[in-house]
Amino acid sequence: MKQSNLWLALFLLALFAPIGPVRAGDNDEVRNCTWCHGTSGQGYMVAPRLAGQRPQYIESQIRDFHDHIRDAPFSKQYMWGATAALQPDRARALAQYFATIEPKPANDGNRASAARGRTVYMEGIPEANIVACYACHGPNAEGVRDIPRLGGLSYAYLRSRLEQWGQGYHSTPGSPMPVVASQLGPEEIEALASYLSFVR
Amino acid sequence: MRGIRLGLIGGATMLAAAAVAADRTQESVARGGFEAKLQYCKTCHGLSGQGYYGYFPMPRLAGQQPQYIENQLRAFLERRRTNPIMANVAHALSPSMISALAAHFQALDPKPLGGAPRALSGLGKRIYEDGLPESNVPACAACHGLDGRGHSEIPRLAGQLYAYTVGQLSGWSKARGQGTAVDTSAVMAPTAHNLTRAQVEAVAAYVSELR
Repeated sequence: MKQSNLWLALFLLALFAPIGPVRAGDNDEVRNCTWCHGTSGQGYMVAPRLAGQRPQYIESQIRDFHDHIRDAPFSKQYMWGATAALQPDRARALAQYFATIEPKPANDGNRASAARGRTVYMEGIPEANIVACYACHGPNAEGVRDIPRLGGLSYAYLRSRLEQWGQGYHSTPGSPMPVVASQLGPEEIEALASYLSFVR
Repeated sequence: MRGIRLGLIGGATMLAAAAVAADRTQESVARGGFEAKLQYCKTCHGLSGQGYYGYFPMPRLAGQQPQYIENQLRAFLERRRTNPIMANVAHALSPSMISALAAHFQALDPKPLGGAPRALSGLGKRIYEDGLPESNVPACAACHGLDGRGHSEIPRLAGQLYAYTVGQLSGWSKARGQGTAVDTSAVMAPTAHNLTRAQVEAVAAYVSELR
């Protein structure tokens, strides 16, 4: 009896023990993400691409979902639950894993407004107090540290994020994005999301 | 003759346009245009002007000398200082707006942003206060002041972002003093040139902690 309990304990331990750095996408943790974010983390429907994202950014967002800071409707509906039991060291391992996957651009924006979007991205619109995205997100929208890569994310995701900043939803504390986005009109948002969807 | 007349007409038109533009901005400074423009500056330079680490380090403007801010905005505009983002920014600022913004930033006094490697600041302090006579580097304090606050057109360095100061000192002649016009930034060119990378980092670390 005692011995069978020991075996059961060992069996359960083996089943649930955390398994160090996340390797190839064949474990439950990764699968929990890729159900929605696409098999190789390239994004699917409303779930954004994680492949090639800055690991510090992924980590910070997992923390903000976990702490119920990032509070847009889909965040509440999906990500609060998904991150509820995720320990910081596992979040870091997942972030590292997805960051190393080669990202593919969504290419699903409106081609006709991409040139306008590029101008807004690179130069801002000084007369309208719209800052250049380039200053923080970099020349190829690749991001840095906890500033996200934007290049090649899907048009719908980029657009809804830019809209949500101005609608009073919360995300990263201390981010200048609420101020940035409050200056953007629908035409600029459409152009930026279109341009960025094509950036590789 | 015709050329001169055309030139005169052109000049008069430009003056008139400038007057209209000045009028309009005067108006918008009065009507809350100032607040909007200030928020625009702070989006990148930090909500209390303390500077911000974006893809590029965006310098601290808090406590900066107004004359230096005005000079640099003019340098961006005239392409004496290369910076595509700031050239565009400067285009949309009237002289009266610049004065109002510069006065506002001068009065701010947030804590330095920090983040410099602390181990370097001992050497940095020595270079800052005594210079490096053997390499013809004068003491920074001689012009920027012992407290690093600068005066008139000599910029405040106290609390400046480490990565920003490193970037400026290591690329001085690539970004500043472009073109043929007289540019006060020439004063710094030999000094920046004579500092090694390690010395630049040390000085930048030291001034980043000054309050």
